[in-house]
Amino acid sequence: MKGIKIVSLALLAIAVSAFALKPAPTGYKVGDVATDFSLKNTDGKLVSLKDYKDAKGFIVIFTCNHCPFAKAYEDRIIALDKKYSTLGYPVIAINPNNPAKQSEDSFEKMKTRAKDKGFTFPYLFDEGQKIYPQYGATKTPHVYLLQKTDKGNVVRYIGAIDDNYEDESAVKEKYVQNAVEALLNNKEIPVKETKAIGCSIKA
Amino acid sequence: MLNFIGLKEDLMRKYLCIVLLVWSIANILAQGKPLQVYSKDGTVVRSYDFNALQPLLQKQNDTTYVVNFWATWCKPCIAELPNFEKLHAAYKNQKVKVILVSLDMAKQVESNLIPYIKRKRLQSEVVHLKDPDMNTWITKVDANWSGAIPATVIYNRSQRKFYEQSFTYEALEKELKTITNQ
Repeated sequence: MKGIKIVSLALLAIAVSAFALKPAPTGYKVGDVATDFSLKNTDGKLVSLKDYKDAKGFIVIFTCNHCPFAKAYEDRIIALDKKYSTLGYPVIAINPNNPAKQSEDSFEKMKTRAKDKGFTFPYLFDEGQKIYPQYGATKTPHVYLLQKTDKGNVVRYIGAIDDNYEDESAVKEKYVQNAVEALLNNKEIPVKETKAIGCSIKA
Repeated sequence: MLNFIGLKEDLMRKYLCIVLLVWSIANILAQGKPLQVYSKDGTVVRSYDFNALQPLLQKQNDTTYVVNFWATWCKPCIAELPNFEKLHAAYKNQKVKVILVSLDMAKQVESNLIPYIKRKRLQSEVVHLKDPDMNTWITKVDANWSGAIPATVIYNRSQRKFYEQSFTYEALEKELKTITNQ
């Protein structure tokens, strides 16, 4: 009788730990520690967040070649990197799409795109589409602003780059820029989460 | 005393009538005001901001509305669009209305959206939503919407469901039936 009890307790413990080990299907929320990764850049080299010894954090952007919203933001993403990489917040772009579903987002075409647009930041391929679900990205472009802390890279902002994809000159709120500035000045981030229309990620 | 209560009720009724009247006029006005009307080769598309579109998402009548958010550049949207067209055709004579809300960029309405409507001979009503400040209205469509498309709302005055997913015809019809309780 006692034996059965112990066995069932052990089974229960296994079941509970199996659940606990499962990543949350909803992805990260502001305040969570984000996972590092080792993903292939368009130059063929693997890139990880831990390679950036001097960074204060990262502007991680899930983006791609084919999506018109992603295209509309390309120049603004380059501008963000130019402005903030020297201040400790480089852009890390990740293409989460499966090229079998969206041929325009193949690794070869990523290389061409990075070269044509003169990307100043790594443009990484989420091979096997393993990283984006951990972050909880659902579309492109989708930004996760991370701050390096003792416990890891903490998510500080999730969402859109700004409030007008169609017309950069009509932008009123530069969400990502405001968030990075707040972190650099040890201030509270004014808007920590925003939503935007985007192309659903094709896994 | 009795008379007094009767008078009060009468006043109440009048008051209610006025409120209802004002409310419906406001509704009609709100919906009737597109930001812009695009017209090309005989195809007309009305473009709304979210405030003007919102009444379409909360009608209180005996019709069930199937509202699909899509764009011509969105591959999975285009792939599922024939299923919405088929639903429109199948339920034409019932109280079901399919509305296709295009999120194409404003500059692409005439170059992409209208030619697409013509080429595919879309029969469902197509409206265009032009409201780039998306963070202000996405959660008003549904609190759980991340902003990825395709997305669909099926509702009538008693039930409402939101779907951030693609549909087969069978799945779409099944969901419609859960709302119409057929």
